[in-house]
Amino acid sequence: MNSVLRIILQRLALGVLTLFIVSIVIFTAVNMLPGDFAQAILGQGATPEAVAAIRRDLGLDQPPITRYFQWLGGALQGDLGNSFAQANFASFVGDDSGARTTVAAQIAPRFANTMFLAGVTAAIAVPFAVGLGILAALYRNSAFDKAANVSTLSSISSPEFFMAYILILFLAVLNPILPSLSNIYDGMPFSERLQKTLLPALTLTLVVTAHMMRMTRAAIINLLASPYIEMARLKGISPMRVIVKHALPNALAPIINVIALNLAYLITGVVVVEVVFVYPGIGQLFVDSVKIRDIPVVQACCLIFAAAYILLNLTADILSILSNPRLRHPK
Amino acid sequence: MQDDTSRLLVEMRGIYMEGRSDETWTPIIKGVDLTLNKGEVLGLIGESGAGKSTLGLAAMGFTRDGVRISQGSVHFDGIDVLRASAQTKRQLLGKRIAYVAQSAAASFNPAHKIIDQHTEAPVQHGVMSRSESAKDGMELYRKLRLPNPEEIGFRYPHQVSGGQLQRAMTAMAMACRPDLIIFDEPTTALDVTTQIEVLASIRQIVDEFDTAAIYITHDLAVVAQMADRIKVLLKGDEVEEADTRTMLAHPTQDYTKSLWAVREFQRPAKPPVNTGATPVISVQNVTAAYGKIDVLHDVSFDIHEGRTVAVVGESGSGKSTTARCITGLLPPRIGAIELDGAALPLDYRKRNKDQLRQVQMIYQMADTALNPRKSIGEIIGRPVQFYMGLTGKQKRKRVEELLDEIELPADQYFDRLPSELSGGQKQRIGIARALAAEPKFIICDEVTSALDQLVAEGILRLLARLQDDLKLSYMFITHDLATVRSIADEVVVMKNGEVVEQGPKRDMFKPPHHAYTDLLLSSVPEMDPDWLTNLLKERGVDNIGDAAVEKMS
Repeated sequence: MNSVLRIILQRLALGVLTLFIVSIVIFTAVNMLPGDFAQAILGQGATPEAVAAIRRDLGLDQPPITRYFQWLGGALQGDLGNSFAQANFASFVGDDSGARTTVAAQIAPRFANTMFLAGVTAAIAVPFAVGLGILAALYRNSAFDKAANVSTLSSISSPEFFMAYILILFLAVLNPILPSLSNIYDGMPFSERLQKTLLPALTLTLVVTAHMMRMTRAAIINLLASPYIEMARLKGISPMRVIVKHALPNALAPIINVIALNLAYLITGVVVVEVVFVYPGIGQLFVDSVKIRDIPVVQACCLIFAAAYILLNLTADILSILSNPRLRHPK
Repeated sequence: MQDDTSRLLVEMRGIYMEGRSDETWTPIIKGVDLTLNKGEVLGLIGESGAGKSTLGLAAMGFTRDGVRISQGSVHFDGIDVLRASAQTKRQLLGKRIAYVAQSAAASFNPAHKIIDQHTEAPVQHGVMSRSESAKDGMELYRKLRLPNPEEIGFRYPHQVSGGQLQRAMTAMAMACRPDLIIFDEPTTALDVTTQIEVLASIRQIVDEFDTAAIYITHDLAVVAQMADRIKVLLKGDEVEEADTRTMLAHPTQDYTKSLWAVREFQRPAKPPVNTGATPVISVQNVTAAYGKIDVLHDVSFDIHEGRTVAVVGESGSGKSTTARCITGLLPPRIGAIELDGAALPLDYRKRNKDQLRQVQMIYQMADTALNPRKSIGEIIGRPVQFYMGLTGKQKRKRVEELLDEIELPADQYFDRLPSELSGGQKQRIGIARALAAEPKFIICDEVTSALDQLVAEGILRLLARLQDDLKLSYMFITHDLATVRSIADEVVVMKNGEVVEQGPKRDMFKPPHHAYTDLLLSSVPEMDPDWLTNLLKERGVDNIGDAAVEKMS
């Protein structure tokens, strides 16, 4: 067990290091964005003095390295800074009420919404994809296998908004089962929230299923030529049991990795689906913030996305390690 | 035998089987009949590619992917196995017919505990409940003399040694008390000392439960211990069949006779080496480590000009590690390697071209030791150019000479790829590549263990002739004592990274020995069908195999 613990700690340390490097990349990249918040908000007629005042107020006149460490130090303490767009500019307005909106306060509800959507999607998509993959492996090269492959591949190959509109057409317009707008808000009862989230979740399911299903199928079929599978067959075990009991446990590592990648995608890459269904997730906030050069929000979103990726991959690594009995039970 | 109809268990008639390769079906089995009575053990022998395993699996109505039974019938206890539904067949497999595979390490599922795999068939077939079967499994482990029978089942396969796994697999085959077990080379992957224990266990349990068995092997001495009857196969055809004693004493077919004669190759003894002669290679007090763990401890031996030193021992005894030290791939931590009395730099990167040239290697797996993308001419031409500096016509001429040397006509083989050669031919190319450097000393690392006996014998004869012609010195790494007997001048016995005994061959094969050498020698199966019985009587079950090795340390 010690070796497993050591590997996990090693991975964790590497994850933290990666996140640190990513934070540098994010900061550099965001600061290289053309344009400037003060310029953007004041418009073309701004006087140089007004621009300089806002820049001073927001600390934009400091050298980048100082700003980076201020930002990093804040982020480490859970303070992601203040949103530019929501700030009251004390020196500009002449009245500092002190009621600045923090980035954290702005992101938190959106992030919760995104996690809810990702959670609902994962709860549908992962069992569906893995189950479909197992069946496709069991009935490999049959009509079922081919149909499953073709349909999942076409759904992943179509643009997301297209899949979204098709679902809206069939499930909201022609058969009004689900609402086409996912305008959820705080304090909504869970069941209603779930109902409103279902359509975007189904759209995302169609997007992520193909990858996971095909990996499950391939990982299992890969093992079917191994001697221990032949042994299981020669013991007269039923084909379904051979696959679920004998092949699947040994095929878990690659499947887990693909699942993690797709879950990360659900957290970070669903802007289009959010826009189509007017779902108040973090993706929309991110795009809006880039538009108005609200740098603290953009940086915070990037950092959250990076952390989500790293964390999910780390979890996948650890689960793959744990799925290997040689590591779980050393000699 | 007397009451044929009621004793009959398996009847295979006119079996033709085909394998798919390059989009066409080529015959593998060409019309073989097989009859097996209840409680009888049939030995199925032949070289690789003879179709033994394919035929053995066909007796279960099973074919591997890309293989089909094109003609014939298989009846098991009156059931037409080939025409039965998948459901009916599944009810036979595991329950009434069981299989023991060649590599237990690969055939146990790494994800489940041994006992869970043991109980699976009885539970799925409804023969026993899980707890009954687990209890029965422990009883079988005890019968098969596995250490800690109560506890060993709760381990994962990778936590158990190869010999123990092979016995656990035999126990698993017994789980439903089948009428027939197919043993597919169950001891081929094991060391001799481990093999003997597994053989004894298999025989005991087959006797005890009166199980019929088909025992597939390429090792005649093994089959002589196990089988009541022997059937010899050659390239998918039956050569002959007779009961074991008749077959051993009076084989009728030339092919069978040649198989029997293989082990008779023996080189004449050479005069002893002059005292004071400088050895070609001298390994002096070598201690070497992988990482921080020492795997060789104070190993010393000399190899003289024109002599063969056989290094024997079980897997993990340090034979190949010693070779890696001599070649400089693994620089020793302590000690020295001398070539012709002059110290060799320990790291091969510090050796000059001439020093590198003098020490060459031939590998066990000719398949992986030859670059599959290069033609034979290129493979042999490379060292000719690198060490000898020959190019163009001269290089080609030298490669052709070398091909002559290894008895492969140059005009046919020069442009072929390794994939177009048989195993024995590939090994010959490996030899030619070593010779191309014109070395004094060649390390042969298990060069014959992946080959069939007849082919192996050809390789040994070739190596012997080359030694006489070119005054080569060999270090011959092997675990096969028959090879040692036929080719070695001197023997070094290794165990756990130490040399336990060394000396001229005739002394080593004569008592008194070091206890370990004695165990090693006595574990080699002999053609005498009573060999195992006598040995067990003489020594007792506790003084063979791993049990005996453990006692020693």
